Amino acid sequence: MTVVFWKELADHFSSRRFMILLAIIVLTGVWAIYAAGQSIRQDAESAPAEFVFLLLLTSQSGGLLSLTSFLGLLGPLVGIMLGFDAVSGEYARGTLSRVLSQPIYRDSLINGKFLAGLATVATLWASILLLVIGLGIVLVGFPPTAEELWRMLIFTIVGIVYVGFWLALALLFSLLFQRTVTAALASLAIWLFLAIFAPLVAQIAANLIVPNPSTPEEAVRQTDIAAMIGRISPTTLYEESVHVMLNPTARVLGAALEEQTQGILLTPLALAQSLLLILPQFTTLIALVGVCFGICYIKFMRTEIRA
Amino acid sequence: MTAVIETNNLTKRYRDLIAVNGLSLSVAEGEIFGFLGPNGAGKTTTILMLLGLTEANGGQAHVCGFDPAREPLDVKKRVGYLPENPGFYDDLSGRENLLYITRLNRIAEREARRRITQLLEQVGLGTDGDRNVREYSRGMKQRLGIAEVLVKEPQVLILDEPTLGLDPDGAARILELITAVSRERGHAVLLSSHMLHQVQQMCHRVGIIVKGKLIAEGEVDKLGTAAFKERQWNFVIEIGGRTNGIENELRSLPGVTAVEPRNRGWYLRCTQDMRPEVAALVVKRGLSLLQLRSEDTTLEEIYLKYFREA
Repeated sequence: MTVVFWKELADHFSSRRFMILLAIIVLTGVWAIYAAGQSIRQDAESAPAEFVFLLLLTSQSGGLLSLTSFLGLLGPLVGIMLGFDAVSGEYARGTLSRVLSQPIYRDSLINGKFLAGLATVATLWASILLLVIGLGIVLVGFPPTAEELWRMLIFTIVGIVYVGFWLALALLFSLLFQRTVTAALASLAIWLFLAIFAPLVAQIAANLIVPNPSTPEEAVRQTDIAAMIGRISPTTLYEESVHVMLNPTARVLGAALEEQTQGILLTPLALAQSLLLILPQFTTLIALVGVCFGICYIKFMRTEIRA
Repeated sequence: MTAVIETNNLTKRYRDLIAVNGLSLSVAEGEIFGFLGPNGAGKTTTILMLLGLTEANGGQAHVCGFDPAREPLDVKKRVGYLPENPGFYDDLSGRENLLYITRLNRIAEREARRRITQLLEQVGLGTDGDRNVREYSRGMKQRLGIAEVLVKEPQVLILDEPTLGLDPDGAARILELITAVSRERGHAVLLSSHMLHQVQQMCHRVGIIVKGKLIAEGEVDKLGTAAFKERQWNFVIEIGGRTNGIENELRSLPGVTAVEPRNRGWYLRCTQDMRPEVAALVVKRGLSLLQLRSEDTTLEEIYLKYFREA
């Protein structure tokens, strides 16, 4: 498996596709950080003073998306681009039957491919994080605190798992469809649906279940139902996790009644508490990746490879 | 000699289609076996079952003493397989492509490099080994495929249509290479090809598969006798001089069953050795006999006969 892994990794890093992705992501990253840095002074006044660094990641000033939203948008594309021709491409080039007639276990090919894709994603994401820290120190003038570093690290892990889902999905489609174009289009269709239409569908479904909320309780219930349905989409899970991780003051996900929030001190949560809050989201994300890759694995072991 | 490839009643079904039907064959050590049959006859499916790339629905197969369905890795270690239309990683050089295969086979780096250099030389890619495969011609890719098959020093070679889409010269060179390699290292070779003329020359035995069934198997001459029941007496005759009318006279000779015109001369099918009678006729008419030679059944005729009967 290590042989396949290193070969695939080398392929990813030397491919033109990866260069383009890297360029896009670095450019948007730098731009988003720069824009956030410009308005950091006004933003910092409304945030707890000890987490100025995290603001760089989440600030939306300058009319631009924040860095985390950018990554949430581009991440799936990275996953899809790395995975959509993993198997169908080899099939089309006629290399698959040659490789599989070598004395390797069949699963080592798909495992190697998936892990190489994941390693590529991790490299990309980690380099962005380092870029942010470097630029941040220049813009803000002081280094991040230990807790900020931890939070950014967890944000990175969540991001990698999130992209891992899209990678596994693209890999699955590259197995199901023998034409690379079909695989790419199918992955993009799912991405569009989950990222853009799923929240709308969730809202419509919630409106049907709880029509015309008249009391605050009903309104909260409607919002909760919408949020629950929305969580089918990994994009929602990612956004919620990142929101909690990078905003230490975030205490609840979804709506809360006024009497529930009464008396809550607006102090930041401890790292462990924030982690606890996103644990369901994070485990669901990991489970989604596992399920997706599991289907891939079974499917691949059963397919007959003809020349 | 021991059988290196042996199948017994091997069967593969795809829903309602029987791709391979009770196939039994054996290939001995050092033997070149020609696996013939029309497209879609089940040749590739059989090969895939021999490699454990697809599972059989019935019957057994043994390759080098291992069951490909249960011990595929042991089989794959010993078998060099060249698929139909082999593909390579375009953006790697020929040498790098081979290197990847040696790594998958866990061959030590230094040994692998030595073998690759030697093999690239042997298949005639000595100077092109470091060019990207993207720039290779079809024939070069096919030769790289042969080198790839040999790089793991297998005991058996399974080659699926190694001459497909090559020009006659390129195809002949590939087949010569295979023959030379097999003779030199004593590999058993299972080869499927449509180049019947070459197959006849290089294969020790052939098997003809039609619609999943092995309908004939054996040495080419014996197959010919079996196919046409009695010995064939076929002659090519070429006559100089005023030849009009001679065709009908030839045809009216007792023992001549058919006279087919050729470019120059005729092709005679007879029930016995008619050479003396034919020669006498030509001399009697005052013409000159330019040539009269006997022609053996070709594999092509055998093949077509079996194929049409099936």
